[in-house]
Amino acid sequence: MSTNIVLCGVGGQGTVLASKLVASASMAKGFEIKSAETIGMAQKGGSVMSHLRIGKCHSPMIGSGEADLIIGFEPSETVRMLPFLKKGGAVITSDRAVMPVTAALKGSSYKGSDMTDFLKGYPGIGKLVIVDTESAVREIGSPKAMNMVLLGAASRAGLLGEITHEDIIEAMKRKVKPQFVEMNIKALEFASI
Amino acid sequence: MHKEFLMGNEAIAMGAVAAGVNLVSGYPGTPSTEVLETIARINDGSIYVEWSVNEKAGLEVAAGAAYSGARTMVTMKQVGLNVASDPLMSLEYVGIKGGMVVMVADDPGPISSQTEQDTRTFAAFSKLPCFDPSSAQEAYEMIIEAFEYSEKYGTPVLFRPTTRVCHAYASVSVKDESEYHINIPSGFEKDSSRWVIFPKLSNANHAKIELRNRELSSEFSSYSRNEIIPSSSRLGIATHGISFANTMETIETLSNRPSVLKIATPFPFPEDLALEFLSSVDEVLCIEELDPVIEKALLEVCGKHGLKKTIRGKFTGDIKLSGENLRDDVTGYVYSFMGLEAPASDIELPELPVRPPVLCAGCPHRASFYAVKKAMKGRETIFAGDIGCYTLGNAMPLDMVDTCLCMGAGVNIAQGVGRIKPDTKCFAFVGDSTFFASAVTGAINGVYNQADMTLVVLDNSTTAMTGHQPHPGTGKTMMGEVNSAVDIDAVLKGVGVETVEHVDPLDLENAVSAVKKVADMPGVKAIIFESPCAMLFKPEKPYSVNADKCVDCRMCIKEIGCPGLVISDGHVVVDTSLCNGCGLCSKICPVDAIGKEVQV
Repeated sequence: MSTNIVLCGVGGQGTVLASKLVASASMAKGFEIKSAETIGMAQKGGSVMSHLRIGKCHSPMIGSGEADLIIGFEPSETVRMLPFLKKGGAVITSDRAVMPVTAALKGSSYKGSDMTDFLKGYPGIGKLVIVDTESAVREIGSPKAMNMVLLGAASRAGLLGEITHEDIIEAMKRKVKPQFVEMNIKALEFASI
Repeated sequence: MHKEFLMGNEAIAMGAVAAGVNLVSGYPGTPSTEVLETIARINDGSIYVEWSVNEKAGLEVAAGAAYSGARTMVTMKQVGLNVASDPLMSLEYVGIKGGMVVMVADDPGPISSQTEQDTRTFAAFSKLPCFDPSSAQEAYEMIIEAFEYSEKYGTPVLFRPTTRVCHAYASVSVKDESEYHINIPSGFEKDSSRWVIFPKLSNANHAKIELRNRELSSEFSSYSRNEIIPSSSRLGIATHGISFANTMETIETLSNRPSVLKIATPFPFPEDLALEFLSSVDEVLCIEELDPVIEKALLEVCGKHGLKKTIRGKFTGDIKLSGENLRDDVTGYVYSFMGLEAPASDIELPELPVRPPVLCAGCPHRASFYAVKKAMKGRETIFAGDIGCYTLGNAMPLDMVDTCLCMGAGVNIAQGVGRIKPDTKCFAFVGDSTFFASAVTGAINGVYNQADMTLVVLDNSTTAMTGHQPHPGTGKTMMGEVNSAVDIDAVLKGVGVETVEHVDPLDLENAVSAVKKVADMPGVKAIIFESPCAMLFKPEKPYSVNADKCVDCRMCIKEIGCPGLVISDGHVVVDTSLCNGCGLCSKICPVDAIGKEVQV
């Protein structure tokens, strides 16, 4: 059996790095890891997702109704991934909407709050954490830090199982360029949410 | 042995290094690119690594080294194999001395490719043995074995992972450096009866190849990666690659699960093993991506041996004809095959925004397309596109790509269109890497045959789409040297293109007048739009919209469709997390409301 996590967002938001850090932290604890992610053309402003499976399994991909946790970097992308969620599974999401160009062209009224309202009303979610990433990144001073804010919120809410803040920081030191480690730790430990 | 967390492509690279590979060449292409990049990164200097100008060149370099006893690998994506197929078809007749692996990544979906071609089918056509791994761990071990088979039988072999194997990560057991195979090449030994292809040699070797493949079919039946996972059921599933992993996930949860035949060498097909499997089942479901290769082979085995078995798959409509076999697809196939009702999801999602891929905020290609569009407004035109990020210039509102076929095709397509309707202004857009890979011949064709056209080279100083690889125009090599770059201007002038304009596309006014100037000149002309990929440098300060000046005409969004311009509370604002300060939108705003200094 494996613990299954779906990380999702829009190309460029740092889902892949977040997935790698959890994977690296899990491996350091002796777990088997498999993961799959979107790379290539789909990255350019498109929906991006990463499947992460901790424990024994055959496929790097998660099937419908198998995810224990969804970490969403953009509210509509979080909703898009809901079919993967196990009944009673956990969802942690940013509330900051990213408007696609096509929607802007058509003068669309797409709002992040419609998505977070849907999540609040969806009965299949066992635990829901909505993170005000807008003010978090403003305070930290870099939009690139959003992935760490979400990971921090996930581990604080006890949603990463045996993986602790310290495990993620250790993984960060292995995977992130030294000059960015401090900013990322600040984001991970951003607590006023 | 020790464990590392590796991407499938990194595992393949490390396997090749452990097998003692001496030379690696290739051309970037998703999902294959990271194999060569990884080898270059971990190279201690003992392996020669190059990005070749295209796949044909890469394969020929690897062949020459393999003639010399080196272990070699050439990497590419499936459509790259089309470019390399000329030398490869002949190479199979000539053979090699050192082990040679042709690593071709297939892309079911397709996720980022032009075609859904199946390299397993190409294997049967070209008669090359083919290896099809199902996981990162298997890919690591299998590529080492692929080198051994190649050397033992004196033939290049195909190694074809698919996207979900290439780009999956896993904890992989890898060899320690002390366990690596060391291959010391003997060098090329002259023997024209062996290395020069002539009809007589081809005839003799053709028969030998057919016999060798029969022998390999028999040997592959006992190759441990082709396996039967038995059960007491009279139902069987034959599968491969990532579909095998997904099948195992599904059947693990079932009682009375079907037997499984896993095919790791689709060509030559392990017939004896298939016969053994068929004797234990009445009905087989073939779960395959791309072509029904296993399904056809099983039908052939049944026909040859007079077996009355039901073979299901793509021919019988049980498996979809295109696209990937994702986890839910496979679960659906298996449940339906077993007469079970598949678990259904009852969730109804609200309307979600669609996110087609677009050119990045600040991408210079957007400015180049816009300049040509503006300059040619109201004229009869054809905009032939090509393969790269700039294919995305087709999206609204730019709508500047009328055709896209394959690498380097645009320059010749534009000529063809012009031949039929000579008053059309014909443009071909090509990136710098694609220019070197396969557009130079098209430019020569146009000059020689006196075509009327404008070749637009979008020079962003990199191979952007596949992740910023160097190319001849950058002068950087994968061995860490910086040589003198091959100059696009000099190449064009050298082949007879007399007018070659250079302009920065972000200087919109000059860009538009350059296009107007050359478009009406006779013959083949070129414009080189020079501006580096927006991902290559630190972004400038973002722009902002002055709400007092903005009249909500939305011209900025309607004209260029930059993802950095969004609508918030009914007004256009700049998404500062995306804007890189290129300033193109500020040149479009009719009321001068977008700028760097203005405060929101």
